[in-house]
Amino acid sequence: MAIKGTEIVKRLPEGGKKNCKECGLPTCFAFAMKLAAGGIVIEKCPYISPEVSRELEDELAPPIRPVTIGTGAGALVVGDETVLYRHEKTFVHQPGIGVLIADDEPGEVVEGKIRKLRELHFSWVGKTLKADLLALQYKSGDPAKYGALVKKALTAVDCPLMLICEDTDALLNAHALCAGRKPVLYPVTAQNLEKVISAVKQNPAVVAVKGAGVESLAHLTNRLTEASIEDVLLDPGSKDLQSAVRDQTLIRRAALKQGFRALGYPTVAFPCFMAADKRREMLLAAMFIPKYAAFIVLSDIDEHTLLPLLVQRMNIYTDPRIPMAMEEKVYPINNPDAGSPVLITTNWALTYFIVASEVEASKVPAWLCVKESGGLGVLTAWAAGKFSGDNIAPFIRKCGVEGMVNHRRLVIPGKVARIRNELSEALPDWQIIVGPGDANEIPAYLPALVKSWKG
Amino acid sequence: MQYKAPLETYTGRVKEVTIGSGRKAVRVGGQNILPLHYFEGAAANRCVVALEVDDNGAAGWAGHVAGPYKDVVHDPLKWAKRCMEMGADLVCLHLEGTDPQGANKPAAEAAALVKEVTGGLDVPLVVYGCGDDKKDIEVLTAVAEACKGENLLIGPAVKENYEAIARAVAENGHCIIAQTPIDINLEKELNVKLLKQLPPERIVIDPLSSALGYGMEYSFTIMERSRQVGVVYGDMAMQMPIIADLGRECWKTNQARADAEQGMLWESITAISLLLAGADILVLRHPDNCRLLKEAIEGKL
Repeated sequence: MAIKGTEIVKRLPEGGKKNCKECGLPTCFAFAMKLAAGGIVIEKCPYISPEVSRELEDELAPPIRPVTIGTGAGALVVGDETVLYRHEKTFVHQPGIGVLIADDEPGEVVEGKIRKLRELHFSWVGKTLKADLLALQYKSGDPAKYGALVKKALTAVDCPLMLICEDTDALLNAHALCAGRKPVLYPVTAQNLEKVISAVKQNPAVVAVKGAGVESLAHLTNRLTEASIEDVLLDPGSKDLQSAVRDQTLIRRAALKQGFRALGYPTVAFPCFMAADKRREMLLAAMFIPKYAAFIVLSDIDEHTLLPLLVQRMNIYTDPRIPMAMEEKVYPINNPDAGSPVLITTNWALTYFIVASEVEASKVPAWLCVKESGGLGVLTAWAAGKFSGDNIAPFIRKCGVEGMVNHRRLVIPGKVARIRNELSEALPDWQIIVGPGDANEIPAYLPALVKSWKG
Repeated sequence: MQYKAPLETYTGRVKEVTIGSGRKAVRVGGQNILPLHYFEGAAANRCVVALEVDDNGAAGWAGHVAGPYKDVVHDPLKWAKRCMEMGADLVCLHLEGTDPQGANKPAAEAAALVKEVTGGLDVPLVVYGCGDDKKDIEVLTAVAEACKGENLLIGPAVKENYEAIARAVAENGHCIIAQTPIDINLEKELNVKLLKQLPPERIVIDPLSSALGYGMEYSFTIMERSRQVGVVYGDMAMQMPIIADLGRECWKTNQARADAEQGMLWESITAISLLLAGADILVLRHPDNCRLLKEAIEGKL
């Protein structure tokens, strides 16, 4: 739906033929193309009329608005997505995972959840995975109690906060406590909309509107646009998986394919309120990750349920145009020692995972050298000149494996048997052994290899 | 600007494949909507869930996933019946024991076993060979002949052996699994070749399923693209139903083996991801996940 440079140029001064160069570019056409690509701001054109400028600004705005939740180091940006399917380009801002705390929960449960949010960090392929937000729910009926919980959270964490409160006065009191933290206010409906607008005018917050169905959201967001409030999240109020897939799909399509501004905001999802038990809740959350939610609230987190969800989020939000790569180094498998075999492969994460899991299955302790090869598999890396004798040799010298083992025998992938001679020349003190052509042969191959050395 | 629901309808339709014969036949595919888009049209058949059985006594299965079957793992027929009782729409028998690098059981023995299992079951059977492309010709041909007319779903047929397996499948009235290594071009190429030997209503695509964290996103995107090409763009060579044989991949991971609850989620999250991408048959190991995914398929979760 994005407006094209060729459309913009016609609306520039003198129909795009002024070519004054004052913007720093040689022609109006060049300016228009750069504007369409987001490489320059409209104010650089000194002669554009305010009306056209406003129109273009509106049309050039991202179809799904980026929304920043929270402030400072813990702030989270969501939205600004441009595709329905990750293969069309990529999903850019992974959804925030939130943990729900209700103000009627016992103190130790509250403490426990805050501690888990702070401490549950996982390391995965060189990245740190963690949950990102705290959602505070008013349930006690006592605004003072809710206020106390909000105050506690404000000092305990620097991550963004979401205030979930059906009582407008209690919500706005809590909001006032969060000055400078830009929390999410939820639920905002036709009933409390005007009060929320005046509060947010004084004290910035993200407005999470709740409707009954997709269409009802547009009335609320149109009013917010009138009030110049653009930090908005949408909750269509989906009741189950089927309606959630429908609502999320319709919102994303309306924004991207119809250019329907009133739905051009990120969405928020509440598996914590939808599911009957923890497994169903996690499965709903896992549905919301590929299906467009920008903020997903869970009733609780623990080590073993959070990790799979965070890995899924990382997988789905990985840029499909860039292969996932492993860090170049020597990976020990099955507790190897100085006599264990040394194998080498490329650094495409899939290649590594497959080889590593087969070596593991062989139960033979081994050193797996993973060489930087642009995230390519063995054959493609070889074809691209990134996995050959003249670059493997220096890697073997510097990666440290020579200090880890007391032998000089290196197993190379069978698929690149042809590099054996060049590698032998480059590493004259090493014996180069051609291993299996397929990783699934490793569990049979490795024990036999080790046995042959001993015999 | 007035809101008008952006509903879409498509001319392409997934081919309807029938697995099993007589009263135990199960149909998959047939829909002209994207996965779980029940708001845009009725699905002729909803996705189905199979539970996995092997001929190797569940060797290598972590205790927490083998648990529900632990008294029957050495009797594939009893094991398959257990799966059926636990709600599986289909049973998926992996002939691990025929692997030349493992127990190397002869083809005739495998064929006799498949015949026994399918004869004793009220749900259709999916049969996977061990994945050794030469041995699979021998084993799957024997299976196809021994179970003539049972309309099994048999595979994997890969580019090295598809001709022989497709011949055995065509001559004996079964369906075939066309397997390619996470590559949409190779997938289409194999489909085109198989279409010379079999009608599209007898082919199911297996683009390979990787586990969460181990390349799941590649399987996800290949399945999503396959379904788009078939349904949205109407490419006849890409309209076959998709099988996601994911249970074994998930339970192989350290993360699933290390902790029972984590393992459950490793399998169910991989499954729902691939379901949303376009899988029509999910092959799982844990019966609780079978029930859960059936709820998800109904949209009732």
